[in-house]
Amino acid sequence: MAGSTLASPSADPAVAGAGAAISVSPGRETWRRFRRHKLAMASAVILGLLILGVVVGPWIWTIPINDIDFSAQLQGPSLAHPFGTDDLGQDILARMMYGGRISLAVGLAAMVVATTVGVLIGATAGMSRKVADPVLMWVTDLFLSLPQLPLLLLVIYLFREQLKAVFGVEGGVFILIVVVIGGLRWMPVARLVRAQFLSLREKEFVEAAKAQGATKLRQMTRHILPNAVGPVIVASTIEVSSAIIAESTLSFLGLGFPPDIPTWGRLLFDAKDHLDTAPHWALFPGAAIFLTVLSINFIGDGLRDALDPRRVI
Amino acid sequence: MATYLLRRLLIAIPSLLGISLILFTVLALAPGDPFSEMATNPNVPPEVREALRASFGLNDPIMVRYLRWLSAMAQGDWGFSFASRINVDTLILQRVPTTLFVVGTSQILALCIALPVGIYAATRPYSIFDQIANTLAFVGFSLPTFFTGLLLILLFSIKLDWFPFVYRSDIAATGWRWYWEMFRQAIMPITVLGLFQAASYTRYVRSAVLDVIRLDYVTTARAKGLSEKRVTLRHITRNALIPVVTLVALQMPAVFGGAIVTEQIFRIPGIGSLLIDAILANDTPVIMAVTFVFACLVVLFNLIADLLYGWLDPRISFG
Repeated sequence: MAGSTLASPSADPAVAGAGAAISVSPGRETWRRFRRHKLAMASAVILGLLILGVVVGPWIWTIPINDIDFSAQLQGPSLAHPFGTDDLGQDILARMMYGGRISLAVGLAAMVVATTVGVLIGATAGMSRKVADPVLMWVTDLFLSLPQLPLLLLVIYLFREQLKAVFGVEGGVFILIVVVIGGLRWMPVARLVRAQFLSLREKEFVEAAKAQGATKLRQMTRHILPNAVGPVIVASTIEVSSAIIAESTLSFLGLGFPPDIPTWGRLLFDAKDHLDTAPHWALFPGAAIFLTVLSINFIGDGLRDALDPRRVI
Repeated sequence: MATYLLRRLLIAIPSLLGISLILFTVLALAPGDPFSEMATNPNVPPEVREALRASFGLNDPIMVRYLRWLSAMAQGDWGFSFASRINVDTLILQRVPTTLFVVGTSQILALCIALPVGIYAATRPYSIFDQIANTLAFVGFSLPTFFTGLLLILLFSIKLDWFPFVYRSDIAATGWRWYWEMFRQAIMPITVLGLFQAASYTRYVRSAVLDVIRLDYVTTARAKGLSEKRVTLRHITRNALIPVVTLVALQMPAVFGGAIVTEQIFRIPGIGSLLIDAILANDTPVIMAVTFVFACLVVLFNLIADLLYGWLDPRISFG
């Protein structure tokens, strides 16, 4: 930095000098700022434990998820069954660890779908100076006013059998749910990316890249997108939690995964008719959904603060 | 005002057309004949099946089928429900008022919580009250409606036995007693939906008020010697409500999604539980119609939001 000519008159030489002296990478700086958000840090720890639990747990807690034991029906939490048993005497902890893998996998995969579609559409609309922008934004607004849950139910009702035949029961429903949830939730990301592109594409550094002969694709991927990535990360974090809620809602309505795949929502669906005799059956999966969603939302909030360069932390 | 209303209505038509196109494409892409189930069902006479096939025009090219379907929907010919043995439009009209009652009351409850809490928190940013309200808001919208519903049933119906957990539309009582029973059974569903929405609305209100509160015209209002109450209510809140109205309108699809879950938990006879029943009974005409009605309701509430927007923001010309 020292001795170089400043590109823009607004940059303060003193501040630039101080920055050069400490010299922290953007990733490290974000991490420093993220750690200041205590609730987000606590949430990251809780989410990490939950993920560790569902990934490693089944190897430690080896009771099979479909081990029927009629002598232990609807039992409350005990040493043999820490989270109790359901109406067939199946161990709820084992079922929750198995179902948690699927719930979390659906959340992550749907987020990837939603973010990819959102970034593609948002970037195309944001770079276009012709008719593509208004058309894509009209489509985005249209999708925003679609009633998502009814449409989700409709699509799954119409396509479930077909996909089951091609990909098997588990795989078919998984692909369907991920694609549909992702396909109905890309709009916030698209709007965000478009807004970022609209302002960034007029900046001097993009103009400089253009003057050096960068193609439009290179301007987008190498110069504009890296600068727009902060808000996209925050938005896609929130997408994970809303996808988990969407999947649990479907399973809770009895229209998501089939009964032999105990996702957290499915466990609640099975438990809701036994609330009076076995409240633990509903409370543990419900608490798992709540804790996961809450910690992801807090992490999103922490990332928002950490990635916002105008905010002093 | 009338021209403004007309213009907004004209803008709503393309989005309704777009939604209907999406719905129809989904149906047309679906594998198999949606009426093939009826061929094996001895309860459905072949002539009814043929009439339905004709009213949906299943043998024509897709654009013709779409246009025919659209004009049938526009003329109020929504088909026949196989499960309930009744015309779909009659069935839906029976159910819509209940849904609107539950959704409307819960929205009022949500705004009654969100507005005071959000404004109070924003006038004292980063105070203890603000931090508690913020944390509770996070908890509120991280609690899915189906879990809160079960928790309330567990607490108030099973442990305390205060409220019934099944919603009944045929209460055997008259006069005040009827109203009291209706109120008692509606409390829990409305609370579930209302609290969930209140949580996100509180955050919207807070950030909208925070954006406005530092503007110069607020200082001017204070400098004129107006009381703090008058400044907050008349000068700050009115302007802060403008973005809030937009955000509330954007929440409408989520609100109706929550209504489906709530109706299913408490067995409220609205269009949400009708949709679930129809899916479980493979009743395609009802499923299509209910989905379309949900879309229309979302567009309708967006229209109402537009009108409110025009009323709140005098910079928008009605001309």
